Amino acid sequence: MTIGIGHYLTVAACLFTLGMLGIFLNRKNVIVILMSIELMLLAVNINLVAFSYFLGDLVGQVFALFNLTVAAAEAAIGLAIVVVYFRNRGSIAVEDINMMKG
Amino acid sequence: MALTAGFFYLFAALSVAAGVMVIVAKNPVHAVLFLILAFFNAAGLFILLGAEFLAMILVIVYVGAVAVLFLFVVMMLDVDFAELRAGFIKNAPIGLIVGGIVLAELILLFVGRGFGVGVAQHPGAAVAELGREASNTQQLGLILYTRYVYFFEVAGLVLLVAMVGSIVLTLQHKVGVRRQSIAKQVARTPATGVEIVKVPSGGSVIPAAGARS
Repeated sequence: MTIGIGHYLTVAACLFTLGMLGIFLNRKNVIVILMSIELMLLAVNINLVAFSYFLGDLVGQVFALFNLTVAAAEAAIGLAIVVVYFRNRGSIAVEDINMMKG
Repeated sequence: MALTAGFFYLFAALSVAAGVMVIVAKNPVHAVLFLILAFFNAAGLFILLGAEFLAMILVIVYVGAVAVLFLFVVMMLDVDFAELRAGFIKNAPIGLIVGGIVLAELILLFVGRGFGVGVAQHPGAAVAELGREASNTQQLGLILYTRYVYFFEVAGLVLLVAMVGSIVLTLQHKVGVRRQSIAKQVARTPATGVEIVKVPSGGSVIPAAGARS
């Protein structure tokens, strides 16, 4: 049985859904939410590379490369914010992050 | 062909299973390790798709940098993670409903499209100017540094901003630590650094406070 683009898209859809489910399940834990976002970005990358392969166009891989860049920057900034928040408040529970609420 | 299919199912099943474990693991350290496993299997999928360069970048950047960063933060923060999982069961039904709907929609979309009707008949023909015999890395470099060089520069800028931002966010100046201040040292003049006192014979002089700071 040959592996078509639909197989890769299905895997990516599963991973994306898992990332979304992770955000729902771990509503209180910022770190697991960040990891779920990483999973979703990984699913997007799989989609991009799969389309790049099956459409015979290298631009998808270039875009996936920029996607990786943005994901790395997002993880670095997000974790820095988590560290600073923990230093200031002693907790990283999501429902405690309401200092800006009026 | 059967070998490729076998490896595809292996990598796909392992990455999805690792994704499940990421979101249900009790210990966040285990979650990070399963995230690393998911990234490795996605890199395997990339290799099956002929994107060797991206696979290696995924392993180096994600496993080598991002996942280790997650691991550091999880181990550095002294958080009661059991308490953070309190709403896990309560939130599960709505999450499963929404996730199931999204997954069903996405897969129905692919099935409705006939699993890839309308895409190229010769997969893997991702060619740049050099043709098929050039490696994936060479092809990617050929278009990345020519046609997409501005995007490449902007990506570097994004990383620079992220680096500066995270350093600015996490840098803290402890009070009570005496650091070397080069500007202060350079700005010292004889008038501020030296004090000439007249010592009366037989007496003593206590230098003024702050004169030798």
